[in-house]
Amino acid sequence: MTRIGVVTFPGTLDDRDTQRAVRVAGAEAVPLWHRDKDLKQVDAVVLPGGFSYGDYLRAGAISRFSPVMETVIEQARGGMPVLGICNGFQVLTESHLLPGAMLRNESLHFVCREQKLRVENAGTAWTADYSAGQEIHIPLKNIDGRYTADERTLDMLEAEGRVAFRYLDVNPNGSQRDIAGITNEAGNVVGLMPHPEHAVEPLIGTAGTDGLGFFTSILKKLVAA
Amino acid sequence: MARVVVDVMLKPEILDPQGQAVQRALPRLGFEGIADVRQGKRFELEVEGPVDDAALARIREMAETFLANTVIEDFTVRVDGSGS
Repeated sequence: MTRIGVVTFPGTLDDRDTQRAVRVAGAEAVPLWHRDKDLKQVDAVVLPGGFSYGDYLRAGAISRFSPVMETVIEQARGGMPVLGICNGFQVLTESHLLPGAMLRNESLHFVCREQKLRVENAGTAWTADYSAGQEIHIPLKNIDGRYTADERTLDMLEAEGRVAFRYLDVNPNGSQRDIAGITNEAGNVVGLMPHPEHAVEPLIGTAGTDGLGFFTSILKKLVAA
Repeated sequence: MARVVVDVMLKPEILDPQGQAVQRALPRLGFEGIADVRQGKRFELEVEGPVDDAALARIREMAETFLANTVIEDFTVRVDGSGS
């Protein structure tokens, strides 16, 4: 069975929901602990949302140097698929696996809403089950969600098709160019602020199962590999 | 022990809504004439041993890799002479 690791840092909140989403998609969820360098031979890793290390210093800044991240960074550079959700996205930018940085929301408010997104890149390891241009609804909840990078980096991301998701209708946090999520050059590392793991079952909210595609995408890719 | 101070500030081109919120609150409190406020972080490091060039180089490395995120922030390192 395909094994997908879900990392728990001190202060992580959404590890259980993420494990559940992995199981709903049909894979085995493997809990990974921040102090453990061993990834237990997983095929992919998800860094879930929350407030790891209390967001002290900067969101994701301390987690980035945890033992588990040493291995995640090394293997991600070697092609292992990694998805960072919310705080996980912040960890990925702090790790320099993804360019740019996340700052306090322009409104200074914590934002919690059902967010409409457009899938801009359906060619990554985590988005293949969507189609380019598809509009999806995914829950969003953060206070440090303002994606920021210099103009040259933004132009590069646009030119290379590496803006994976864009906010539609409302830009909830002042992110530059309405960016909700990005991918690395190889397409194995993806980060986004909205929470697909909260939208995998029809019972919960209007988002329904719009988030399930992240987890079925990676499963199909790994099974095919 | 010698104290070294690392100041971390958002780069000038980065929007600082927290600083703006502080600036907007000032006139209401009777503090006029402040055109702009930028908010940053200050780290006070108590250094064991001499603060020589090598120690300062290590602290700059620490600031570069950890205390500041140089994608969005600038930092300065200085020895605090006012301490004991």
